[in-house]
Amino acid sequence: MSAKPKLYYFAGRGKMESIRWLLAAAGVEFEEEFLETRDQYEKLLQGGSLLFQQVPMVEIDGMRMVQTRAILSYIAAKYNLYGKDLKERALIDMYVGGTDDLMGFILMFPFLSAEDKEKQRAFIVQKATSRYFPVYEKVLKDHGQDFLVGNNFSWADVHLLEAILMVEEKKPDVLSGFPQLQAFKARISSIPTIKKFLEPGSQRKPVPDEKYVETVRRVLRMYYDIKAN
Amino acid sequence: MSGKPRLHYFNGRGRMEPIRWLLAAAGVEFEESYLEKKEDLTKLQKDGSLLFQQVPMVEIDGMKLVQTRAIANYIATKYNLYGKDVKERALIDMYVEGMFDLNELLMKHGYLPPQEKEQHFANMMDKAENRYFPVFEKVLKDHGKDFLVGNQLSRADVQLLEIILMAEEWKPDILAKFPLLQSFKARISNIPTIKKFLQPGSQRKPLIREEDVAKVISIFY
Repeated sequence: MSAKPKLYYFAGRGKMESIRWLLAAAGVEFEEEFLETRDQYEKLLQGGSLLFQQVPMVEIDGMRMVQTRAILSYIAAKYNLYGKDLKERALIDMYVGGTDDLMGFILMFPFLSAEDKEKQRAFIVQKATSRYFPVYEKVLKDHGQDFLVGNNFSWADVHLLEAILMVEEKKPDVLSGFPQLQAFKARISSIPTIKKFLEPGSQRKPVPDEKYVETVRRVLRMYYDIKAN
Repeated sequence: MSGKPRLHYFNGRGRMEPIRWLLAAAGVEFEESYLEKKEDLTKLQKDGSLLFQQVPMVEIDGMKLVQTRAIANYIATKYNLYGKDVKERALIDMYVEGMFDLNELLMKHGYLPPQEKEQHFANMMDKAENRYFPVFEKVLKDHGKDFLVGNQLSRADVQLLEIILMAEEWKPDILAKFPLLQSFKARISNIPTIKKFLQPGSQRKPLIREEDVAKVISIFY
């Protein structure tokens, strides 16, 4: 196992993207092995690398970690992005839970039929603007600080920026009613590690396309239809 | 806010049940406010108690915590059920997230329309028997200890017991191929706080009955 964390996933966002964001935000270099064939996946399975037969899997510090939340929590704690005490952790966990739910609606998007995509786009925007963004807008407004929790950069900030950018890809002016979030977006985007991640050539993955969908379906033999919310 | 944690949910398992188990295992007394109709949920939403307008919500230590994982993480840490260091936490998190996935499958079953139930049942039993239980059987076999992580009781043990009992409700002999899980079940069930929770009259909730499904759905939709 190399010294750098190694990510095993498809060459696309999916559930691994939040992990890429967090490692990048922490300034941690990482390697990636992209699953392209069924054979590769079966080899991983047979080798016993995937605890629950699933990816994401990240080799880090001598462990083969699976389960996205477990991996993210480990990275956040290791790189000091998880608050300074139990109460800050509770806030971070709550905020990340919200952005995770929001990004979950977008996760399935590429797998939907064209008709369902339109419905889902509207659903995503509606949830973002009525349930999630108002919460973070208010948090920032109420304490007037630069970061969501404890006046310190944390996992919650990284995750929120990721979510904002993903929703903007569905509706570019979605932040128009949220001045605090607009300032937050500008501010967090200019943090050097994040700025670097946002530049072309980084390990950030693009909006999923048909090729990504085909790859996932082929590798996982996941041919059933995915329903919209 | 009283000294005891207060749980806000409907009178059933759903996503709150793992939290009831954790508190009970930790020997923490808690109170519950049940949502019985939509207006109960609306009231909580309007008074700003629900960060994302959703339950579960738990009032604890001056906070109104939402998001199942946030709540469970807080309780597990506070009551020392989260391992002794980051590596133990990583293992616990991995195991518990797997159990969370299985719990979602088991929980969903009661709410599905009849025509979807048969296939879902086959899938959830397959996942329990071929994806999740073999992992925990192997963990116990490999280290030969009484608890899943770090040789002491953690949330992983509590939640594994919960999941085993839930799976057994659907298939009583589901542990037939898993001797270590059978002895694990007996051992963890005997821990005094857990034994108490397993007795009639505790705050443990029963499996949702078909006749109650419509009522629960009407609260949320």
